[in-house]
Amino acid sequence: MPATEDHATPALREADRQMTICNACRYCEGLCAVFPAMELRRDFSAGDLNYLANLCHSCGACYYDCQYAPPHEFAVNVPVALAELRTESYRHYAWPGALSGLFEKNGTKVAIAASLSVIAFLIGFLALADPQVLYASQTGAGAFYAIMPHNAMVALFGTVFVFAILAMVFSLRAFWRDTGGASAGTSATGSLWRAVTAAAKLRNLDGGGAGCMNDDEHPTDNRRHYHHFTFYGFLLCLASTSLATLFHYAFGWQAPYGWSNPVVVLGTIGGIGLVIGPVGLLAARHRRDPEISADGQSAMGIAFLWMLLLTGLTGILLLVLRATPAMGILLAIHLGFVLGLFVSLPYGKFVHGLYRFAALVQYARER
Amino acid sequence: MTSLFPEQTYDVVVAGAGNAALCAAITAASDGARVLVLEAAPREYRGGNSRHTRNFRLAHDAATQTLTGPYPVDEYWDDLMRVTGGETDTDLARFTLEESARLPDWLAEQGVRFQAALGGTLSLGRTNAFYLGGGKALLNTLYRAAERLGVTIAYDAAVTALEIEDGHFLAATVTQGDAPQRVEARAFIAASGGFEANIDWLREYWGEAADNFIVRGTPYNKGAVLKLLLDADVQPVGDPKQCHAVAIDGRAPKFDGGIVTRRDCVPFGIVVNREAKRFYDEGEDFWPKRYAIWGRLVAAEPGQTGYAIIDEKSIRSFMPSVFPPEKAASIAELACKLDLDPARLEATVSVFNAACRPGSFDPTIYDDCRTEGLDPPKSHWARPIDTPPFYGYMLRPGITFTYLGLRVDRQARMIMADGRPAANMFAAGEIMAGNILGKGYLAGIGMTIGSVFGRLAGKEAARNARN
Repeated sequence: MPATEDHATPALREADRQMTICNACRYCEGLCAVFPAMELRRDFSAGDLNYLANLCHSCGACYYDCQYAPPHEFAVNVPVALAELRTESYRHYAWPGALSGLFEKNGTKVAIAASLSVIAFLIGFLALADPQVLYASQTGAGAFYAIMPHNAMVALFGTVFVFAILAMVFSLRAFWRDTGGASAGTSATGSLWRAVTAAAKLRNLDGGGAGCMNDDEHPTDNRRHYHHFTFYGFLLCLASTSLATLFHYAFGWQAPYGWSNPVVVLGTIGGIGLVIGPVGLLAARHRRDPEISADGQSAMGIAFLWMLLLTGLTGILLLVLRATPAMGILLAIHLGFVLGLFVSLPYGKFVHGLYRFAALVQYARER
Repeated sequence: MTSLFPEQTYDVVVAGAGNAALCAAITAASDGARVLVLEAAPREYRGGNSRHTRNFRLAHDAATQTLTGPYPVDEYWDDLMRVTGGETDTDLARFTLEESARLPDWLAEQGVRFQAALGGTLSLGRTNAFYLGGGKALLNTLYRAAERLGVTIAYDAAVTALEIEDGHFLAATVTQGDAPQRVEARAFIAASGGFEANIDWLREYWGEAADNFIVRGTPYNKGAVLKLLLDADVQPVGDPKQCHAVAIDGRAPKFDGGIVTRRDCVPFGIVVNREAKRFYDEGEDFWPKRYAIWGRLVAAEPGQTGYAIIDEKSIRSFMPSVFPPEKAASIAELACKLDLDPARLEATVSVFNAACRPGSFDPTIYDDCRTEGLDPPKSHWARPIDTPPFYGYMLRPGITFTYLGLRVDRQARMIMADGRPAANMFAAGEIMAGNILGKGYLAGIGMTIGSVFGRLAGKEAARNARN
């Protein structure tokens, strides 16, 4: 079955081939946003396909519901075709372009970045901090900064964070323009709100209501729930960090904070989410039917989940043991993982959230 | 090889594993019967033609979340009478339509979900409920329900012989690979479809033309169980020569192409045969009401081929096609690409174009765009084919189902040739649909008949097994 347009890459050609079959069938139009969006088109440009690929939440329902799934000769497997294109789109829109190669063998690269970051912190602490301070119990305001000065922390993490934000803004802008963002649509605020609700509830990860299909054709809502743990855990940790920054600069209140302080409460709940969520999602990945697993994506996703999990886990350990002599080394490890996470944000699985949200806004606009 | 079947004797054996078979198995198992389902296909192709379906037609008195308006039994009845021309068992038909109203609740209890009403979906949003995710999603849910109830399902398990004594089922021979096994049961349900995928059998009625038929659905509907039962003196129903066939893309696979091979462009252009001549009024009626006759029309033409010719004005007016059309800057060039005689096709198109009367084109009504002095005429939606590029699709007959089946009574019990009801043999689904649908077709009624008679056969077979 020839593709309707000659595309640049095999992943684009395969997605085009499958979407052309789906568009003549349309049985799946009740499952998620991908199919209604597809139905608004007859031919698929590269931008259209990248948009559809990022709109897909990989719930798997359309594979098990498909009358043309392998071994049928049409070999329709939308979750895999779109996942492969999605990975390719991360490379395609990466900024700066010179770093797009980081998406190749991404799992290994993220693991190396995280390890180097942790090692650098350990060596740095051992080399620069006074051993008397590093191995002693620190309590009271500014305890962490006795080991690493606050200004050094801000300079390091601030620089990396600002670069990550810039890189992601430029990547997102390229995606937005390529997938039709420039074209006029319905009211921007209305669509934005619809996209926020769809993302907040992961409405497109429920197989149209029955649940996501992961292990086999039996629907379950596990992945949606674990993603909620992860996503909201991440947001709470972000809120905790932002609040701490505010406390530090606006009020001069220095970390560590007491157990009942909102910074610690938010961080604790968020950290627990960042442990439960990634563990659940890693388990779901492990159980996922190989038929609907895209090879290129799994290592990247696993690396990202481990980064979140280790960030959450070391954060909780640090919190629990902060008044003991283990604090210094734990701080180095925790900061190492956080830095590794920040460094890999624009060049790892984290970007799925950006493009998917942009695709949801696009979808809300064109409906 | 170990036995396929954990038990030597079952209460109910079901031949077939599509919608009707599973509705029967679930109902019988709910009533406490030990049930064995025999699926001739491997697991990945399970479910027969139900895999290619999408909705069923049901009577209801008010709009719901999944249906845009009321469809009372009486209107349903009128529709059925219209398409069958009265060729129906009125008692069974009335029962089916009334029972159809109960299906949504029962299916929902099994876990089946429906798509929210989408207004325009194939103009069936009012009369038909759409399975969320289509027929294969329905099947997966019904299989899950059956497995929960302890129903044994055997795949690659073809029924190759039946032991029947005087209308009494004793045992079936089931062949998996090369190993025939005998399985006994207190009751037997045939829910294994028609013979539309059996080209040899079709050839008995259609001759050589059958070789050019494309089978839209599963290659496993060979009619093996139907044949065994007819040979065992079960009374036939339905015209063996008739089949439901639509015009589909000539490039479709021989089997299992399903919905995407359908071509909906006929009313927007002209259709010619291998001689580049038109042969039927393309604008006789709205496409949903006419698409089912085009399979037989094309089947009657030389080589069982037709060629739909349209121009740029119409290329976006119908469902996008899975195979790209042939495309050319001129009619002559298009003819060459379609292997038609260029001069003849040019002549046919120019005669047609000259016969088109001016009018205001509107595909949503019977518009006044028609031909004058042309034989055959095009009664509506006739516009000159004059705007390049020109497009062409080769068409072939795509057979959906056959009408020949088994006569049953109000208990879904097979009727023997001598008119007596069988002791413990029941039928459901396409294999008995001819009792209700003697001819013609009403979108979605096949699944309705399957679900209604599946449930009935399951209940009666379980009751039979207990006594």
